[in-house]
Amino acid sequence: MIYLLQQALNALQLGSIYALIALGYTMVYGILSMINFAHGDFFMVGAFLCFIVATFMQLPFLPALLISMAGVALLGVIVERVAYKPLRQAPRVSAIITALGVGIFLENFTLALSPYPKHVPTIIENTTISLGGLTMSSLQTIIIVLSIVMMTVLHFIVQHTKVGMAMRAISWDKNVAPLMGVPVNHIISITFALGSGLGGVAGMLYSMAYPVIDPYMGIIVGWKAFISAVVGGIGNIRGAMLGGYILGSVEVLVAAFLPSTYRDFVAFSLLLVLLIFRPYGIFGKPRTQKV
Amino acid sequence: MDEPREGKLRWMPAVFLAAGLAVSFAIPQYNLLNQYVQLIIMYAGINIILALSLNLINGYMGEFSVGHAGFMSVGAYIASFLTVRIFPPGAETLLFPVAVTAGGIGAALLGLVVAIPSFRTRGDYLAIVTLAFVMIVKSALENIDAVGGARGFLGMNKMTTLPWVFLWTVLTVWIIRNFIYSNYGRGVLSIREDEIASSLMSVNTRQVKLLTFTVSAFFAGVAGALFAHVLQFINPRMFDIIKSTDMLVMVYLGGVGSIAGSILGASVFTILLEVLRPLEAWRMVLMPLVLVLLMLFRPRGIMGLREMALFVPSSDKSNSAGKVKQA
Amino acid sequence: MTQLRAERVTHYFGGLCAVSDFNLELERGALMGIIGPNGAGKTTVFNIITGVYRATEGSIYFDGDEIIGKTPDRIVAMGISRTFQNIRLFNELSVLDNIRIAHYAGSRYNPFEALLRIGRYKAEERRIREHSYELLALFNMDVLASTTARNLPYGQQRRLEIVRALATGPSLLLLDEPAAGMNPREVDQLTDFIRWIRRTFNLTIILIEHQMRLAMAVCERLMVLDFGAVIAEGPPKVIQTHPLVLEAYLGEKVPV
Ligand SMILES: Nc1ncnc2c1ncn2[C@@H]1O[C@H](COP(=O)(O)OP(=O)(O)OP(=O)(O)O)[C@@H](O)[C@H]1O
Ligand SMILES: [Mg+2]
Repeated sequence: MIYLLQQALNALQLGSIYALIALGYTMVYGILSMINFAHGDFFMVGAFLCFIVATFMQLPFLPALLISMAGVALLGVIVERVAYKPLRQAPRVSAIITALGVGIFLENFTLALSPYPKHVPTIIENTTISLGGLTMSSLQTIIIVLSIVMMTVLHFIVQHTKVGMAMRAISWDKNVAPLMGVPVNHIISITFALGSGLGGVAGMLYSMAYPVIDPYMGIIVGWKAFISAVVGGIGNIRGAMLGGYILGSVEVLVAAFLPSTYRDFVAFSLLLVLLIFRPYGIFGKPRTQKV
Repeated sequence: MDEPREGKLRWMPAVFLAAGLAVSFAIPQYNLLNQYVQLIIMYAGINIILALSLNLINGYMGEFSVGHAGFMSVGAYIASFLTVRIFPPGAETLLFPVAVTAGGIGAALLGLVVAIPSFRTRGDYLAIVTLAFVMIVKSALENIDAVGGARGFLGMNKMTTLPWVFLWTVLTVWIIRNFIYSNYGRGVLSIREDEIASSLMSVNTRQVKLLTFTVSAFFAGVAGALFAHVLQFINPRMFDIIKSTDMLVMVYLGGVGSIAGSILGASVFTILLEVLRPLEAWRMVLMPLVLVLLMLFRPRGIMGLREMALFVPSSDKSNSAGKVKQA
Repeated sequence: MTQLRAERVTHYFGGLCAVSDFNLELERGALMGIIGPNGAGKTTVFNIITGVYRATEGSIYFDGDEIIGKTPDRIVAMGISRTFQNIRLFNELSVLDNIRIAHYAGSRYNPFEALLRIGRYKAEERRIREHSYELLALFNMDVLASTTARNLPYGQQRRLEIVRALATGPSLLLLDEPAAGMNPREVDQLTDFIRWIRRTFNLTIILIEHQMRLAMAVCERLMVLDFGAVIAEGPPKVIQTHPLVLEAYLGEKVPV
């Protein structure tokens, strides 16, 4: 029983991080119908920003969090403006390739600056609470609680603010929204800022939990988060959160029964099966093409 | 119509083949070029095969695959396993073409599997399917101890030689050209243009996709087999998504939907990588940058859907599938 | 002899009933028109017949064989071909290639013969090429063979769509608003043109028209769809004065 609870807690921690990243994929997809293949690398940049802030400025947790979040949000906005915006009318393939290119650029750029894996110093005291055999670290608590708070805020923004309404309008119909007075470019930038910012937070939290970071760390984690988004139905915000926790649980389960090297294998096979049988995920809706 | 060609031109392909072979034999024999340059030429040839293979899917069919690193690794592993573990010692050089073909066939079978999701999904979703495929192949290989798992596999002799690379490259160009300028190839183009109209004009789109993925994967496997026997060492990490991106750069640099474009793109890419070697890590920063700039300013590449007359069968001159001017 | 029979065909898009209880008996050689206001479900009927959508209910028999559930390419191979309301040519390809592609099902060589250029490959390619040129010549388009489809003027694009549909060797041809975007004079020419292709290629034709003018002039029988349901059927004279039809078109002028 205790063991099960402990595992559930681990699943919750991992799932929270996936969910945070998955939100970035889903928001961008919802609004631009484009998969931002570079998003996993935004996450990596978040981790590196945390490293820089913690190592060279020795800032405490909260400022570090804000800097990671704002820095990656800015990165997202710039990437969208420079690389994606000119391609909005271009064939979709061009956008996919560009996003892949941006991702690899970020990886190799970071690698060129920092050829060796880095160790992120601890920025919060890691105390563990023990509750009748169930141990829970303060870090774990922060990751889970903070993620849930962030997601709640995001959900509120999308559902109950003017900006959120504009986002939903654009994702409903890109061509009509500007006619209704929605400032499309502006809203897209905000979407990228929010999505990337959450990715940055995820990067920071991840680097606190697994403090050895390298420029390629975003690839696998990013893809896993993407799987989460697809599981939930890409473009759907609640779906992304649910998908994150589902994948987190699946991975913890796999790790409990199989050698850990099978984890990726299972995750990606799950994606493949899902794409073949239910490509629109749990909350998504199938699209038909008009002839 | 295959009208009899002018007396002189008729012998051109045979002459080209003979001359090419002679030169590719002579170079290593008499050390006409230093080892390093020979190596670069071999990589260029392998890259041409890869670019053509990917161009079939991404350029001619207009689908999107980032899965070719997976096909390549399967070809590399199968061929290496055969030459190192299965073939009797001494005979492996003789049997090398068998190993390469087997690598191609193994990859082709996987190509069939990847083609099936392409029946229903297109664009970015298919990209993810192929990406998941790369990841699955990689983590599967990492878990197979018989081929060294994550540590990799070695023991191959350097059996890939200039003449072999030359032959396989020419064969690839020839077969892919034949494919494009056939009924099936026109089916491929029609899927790119409008898949629904295509099936309503009697094209069996599933058949075409299966065939295209099979042919494409076959040659990616061949390239992998050749690659493994140049490098003499392989591990699963070599064939990850970065490798697929290299192929994308080659295809989109040279030009989509063009054989000449793939040859050009692969050659320029290979040479550029060597020229930029002094930049060290920054070299790898430049590549994705080139890709992004290409997409922004010349999304169809240098040749972009145009073809050189050399690669158009005489029966199809003046009406080639690829002769469309850039829009 | 009945060539096409539809029985109780019904199709839903989600909650929207685009076609309801559609029944049809079509004689070989007939020239029938389907008319109806925007969104009546006319194109959807074509899409169901040609296998683009699978009808929610009902069955369709072509020369006695059930075709619902078959893929579009198999249905074309059986002899049903069509054009599109919004032109859907293979834009970046040459006029010749547009026609050659329509020979896919009719070609008789296998992939190995193609990859290695052996066996029946050459003879078949020659046949396809010659047949394509013959067809194009018949429509005075052979000089355009190497032109890129997207560079053709609008009228020629519409014409190429018809030639391409004919290249599949149909016995039943479905034309979806062939007069769209044409001026009255061109519409008059189209009337003769449609009669001519019917005679020359020995076809059964179903024609969708949004306006009644062409449909009245060329069709022997008309069917009127409104909100997915057939509201009237009969010879043009009867349809013209049918009260339900007038009501369906109310608000729109009825150009007779
Ligand atoms: N793929 C689709 N998904 C959802 N609804 C569709 C789809 N295709 C058609 N519809 C709807 O079905 C109804 C019938 O459409 P259809 O295209 O058959 O009309 P139509 O009679 O051809 O009209 P028009 O004269 O405008 O061409 C319309 O309400 C249309 O919006
Ligand atoms: Mg219509």
